[in-house]
Amino acid sequence: MTSFQLNGRTVQVEGPDDAPLLWVIRDQLGLKGTKFGCGIGQCGACTVHVDGQAIRSCLTPASAVAGSKVTTIEGLGGSHPLQKAWVEAQAPQCGYCQSGQIMQAAALLKSTPHPSDADIEAAMNGNLCRCMAYVRIKKAIKLASAPKPAAKPAAKTARAKA
Amino acid sequence: MNKPLPDLSRRSFLATAAAGGALFGFVPAAQALALGPASTGAGFEPTIWYGIDRDGIVTVNVIRAEMGQHVGTAIARIVADELEADWDKVRIVHVDSDPKWGLMVTGGSWSVWQSYPLMSQAGAAGRIALTEAGAKMLGADPKACTVRKGVVSAGGKSVTYGQIVAKGELKRTFSADDLKAMPIKAKADRRLIGHDTHARDIPAKTNGQGVYGLDAVVPGMVYARPKIPPTRNESKVVSVDDSAAKAVPGYQRYLVLDDPSNTVPGWVVVLADSFVAADRACEALKVSWTNGDTAKVSEADLQAHAAKLIADPKSGGTVVDDPGVDDAFKAAKSTLEATYTTASALHFQMEPVNALALEKDGVFEIHTGNQWQSLILPTLSKALGRPEDKIVMKTYLLGGGFGRRLNGDYAVPAALAAKAIGKPVKLVFTRADDIRFDSFRSPSVQTVRMAFGDGGRVAAMDHAACAGWPTEVMAPFFMPKGANGVAYDPFAINGANHWYTVGAHRVRAISNDLANRAFRPGWLRSVGPGWTNWAVESFMDEAAHAQGVDPLAFRLKLLDGAGRNAGGPPSAMGGAKRQAAVLARCAKAAGWGGKLPAGTGLGLATTFGQERDMPTWIACAARVKVDRKTGEAKVEKLTLVVDAGAIVHPDGALAQMEGAALWGMSLALFEGASFADGQIQETNLDAYTPLRMSDVPDLHIEFVDSPEVPVGLGEPATTVVGPAIGNAIFAACGARVRHLPIRPDAVLKAMKT
Repeated sequence: MTSFQLNGRTVQVEGPDDAPLLWVIRDQLGLKGTKFGCGIGQCGACTVHVDGQAIRSCLTPASAVAGSKVTTIEGLGGSHPLQKAWVEAQAPQCGYCQSGQIMQAAALLKSTPHPSDADIEAAMNGNLCRCMAYVRIKKAIKLASAPKPAAKPAAKTARAKA
Repeated sequence: MNKPLPDLSRRSFLATAAAGGALFGFVPAAQALALGPASTGAGFEPTIWYGIDRDGIVTVNVIRAEMGQHVGTAIARIVADELEADWDKVRIVHVDSDPKWGLMVTGGSWSVWQSYPLMSQAGAAGRIALTEAGAKMLGADPKACTVRKGVVSAGGKSVTYGQIVAKGELKRTFSADDLKAMPIKAKADRRLIGHDTHARDIPAKTNGQGVYGLDAVVPGMVYARPKIPPTRNESKVVSVDDSAAKAVPGYQRYLVLDDPSNTVPGWVVVLADSFVAADRACEALKVSWTNGDTAKVSEADLQAHAAKLIADPKSGGTVVDDPGVDDAFKAAKSTLEATYTTASALHFQMEPVNALALEKDGVFEIHTGNQWQSLILPTLSKALGRPEDKIVMKTYLLGGGFGRRLNGDYAVPAALAAKAIGKPVKLVFTRADDIRFDSFRSPSVQTVRMAFGDGGRVAAMDHAACAGWPTEVMAPFFMPKGANGVAYDPFAINGANHWYTVGAHRVRAISNDLANRAFRPGWLRSVGPGWTNWAVESFMDEAAHAQGVDPLAFRLKLLDGAGRNAGGPPSAMGGAKRQAAVLARCAKAAGWGGKLPAGTGLGLATTFGQERDMPTWIACAARVKVDRKTGEAKVEKLTLVVDAGAIVHPDGALAQMEGAALWGMSLALFEGASFADGQIQETNLDAYTPLRMSDVPDLHIEFVDSPEVPVGLGEPATTVVGPAIGNAIFAACGARVRHLPIRPDAVLKAMKT
């Protein structure tokens, strides 16, 4: 039995200690947003955060996260700046890799709030997008990391109406 | 308005998802794969393609699979434009299989092209019926009514589509013939087509809520992993030893599949309480097999066999067979011949194939992402011994298609296992399982010859192409007959029947029977044109240089629109002249003829996309820098110009162009697999290395503003990039490469010759 925090809630899971965290999250805990792609840590579709670090859950034994804080795409909340930027840039095509792409990018922005192109490529090169939507993934990261202008009162009004 | 729409609804059967799911508060909806506002159910269904409820919500039924093209958005906007619907009230449903939909297939870049006339006419029919009914309610003449955004107005009064439907008097339906007679809008009157919008499928692809085949669950399902035999065909199980598997906690049992459809000969399925247990037990299970005679076949054997077949002038189906080809070669002032090859190429769609199968109330349900339901249903029927109307394919998002899921073979072992144990079976392939028996793109060999007359005039062209034929193996009913009466696979030759005027032209399509037996050849994104154009467009460059003519001028002269290349209705208006126009525009945009740094070259290629009946005119200029020491080719920029007729969803079209162009580059430089001992050897990303973000060059993409029929866009860009890169390498360093993928050592070798 392993206990850890998943998206802010304490969970306890059964099964072998070396069961990959990916399958524990998907099949035992029922959160399907984290995807299975290669199983050898080289596509990035299974990326989640463990104590804020982006890791490949297909290679991480569940027992290794005992007592840790695990965040999946579902835990990002849906209105994370990256998720908004992903929609704004119309980044996904098939979408299957995008949970992992967003989680990888979220870890990047936490450590490097205004990444350069080279920073983005270095951080994201381990995440394969087979649709090759790379142009828009990069664009979305830049949108989310762009310095925000000071909020204008008009924008608030518009939001209230919507 | 571009606000994100509500999340993709979760399927009803998820209501009883695993307890963990309930813990996290999954809220299932009662819909199929639906995008957009909820609907109370259609009150008015003028055709099977959409219905309108009492609130005015228009539900569009989309038979095409969503695999990254945002196809539901494109098709729904075609309907909504003619219907004069309010886009915010349009809901998209990706339907489950049903005979009433007719042919269900998503491939060939056909979706928008085939849907455009039908869906436009369906939309127009509904608008006419609603206008008449609305006019009656308003006491007005229908001709005096204006209709916009789901509201019929006349004389200062108005009534909404919802109000008209709620009145309950509108029952009118339209037959297929009625629809065919329906006039559709002029370009100037379009309000949605050609205007950008946010795709409806995207929000759920950013928050983990999108439901893919792998995510499908039902209570009581048993997990399974296939134990893959040594060869695709003719493997037979001799014995199974599960003593080690029994030590895996959660292991249940194994099944040797008995498959009347012969889709999965020699397959064993391992059943367990969880996927982890099935995976581990599968590794521990020992199976011995006998194999057919292809167990030792290699990539080199396949290529050697192809070369032998090409050398026989009688082999294959003649796709183009003008009189006088041989005479023209005999009389030629000079001739040119070159042979081009391509290696096996994998789909490597990110979501490994999988299927959940179960029997419920006498109906087999297959829950999986699939591109060609109409192809696999008869096979499932044979495998299960059930009539097709007792099998339904449930629809999910596809974690990549690229043609892999045109072949629905992965549904068969799940269905057989579910039938055998009388419980739902969730069969998941590991990445290596998926790749070992991918229906990959066959290796190919092509020989192209050209005869030149006086002054370098092109007098004849002869093109022979040999590869494994997916259509022969999986869908022979789709094969037309050549001029010589021999049936051929159009998806293994299209592209060779190009729009250049080359005098007497002959194209032979030859089936590699050894490939067809050794593996199950598949349709890979851009199919035949993805490799036939490697030969055509590399050869055009070679021919131009051989004649001392500029490669752009050489091509433009041949794209004269004469004879059969004049084109015509419905989809090929303008013919080769439109191809010439995109080529000229592309060359100009890329700075053709300008000065480049040493070691850098510009290469051109142009094609008509996927097929002559649906030409997508496209051209690419690749700027490539070659490192003369290592032979490494770095693509700096790709410039593409495309004329695909009217563009329905411009931003979606651009996304397809971006992805398809990078696919072409990836296939040209980074992919390529090797077949050996009956299987693909590169079974994961440690050995198969598609393009990554840091490899992306500058992309410059232009669309021709055209009023013509919309044609396909998912694949054409893939067909031009490889030869443009090859031609750029020649321009950069004089190395002529004739094999895909292009490896640095091949460039180095070619530099020395």
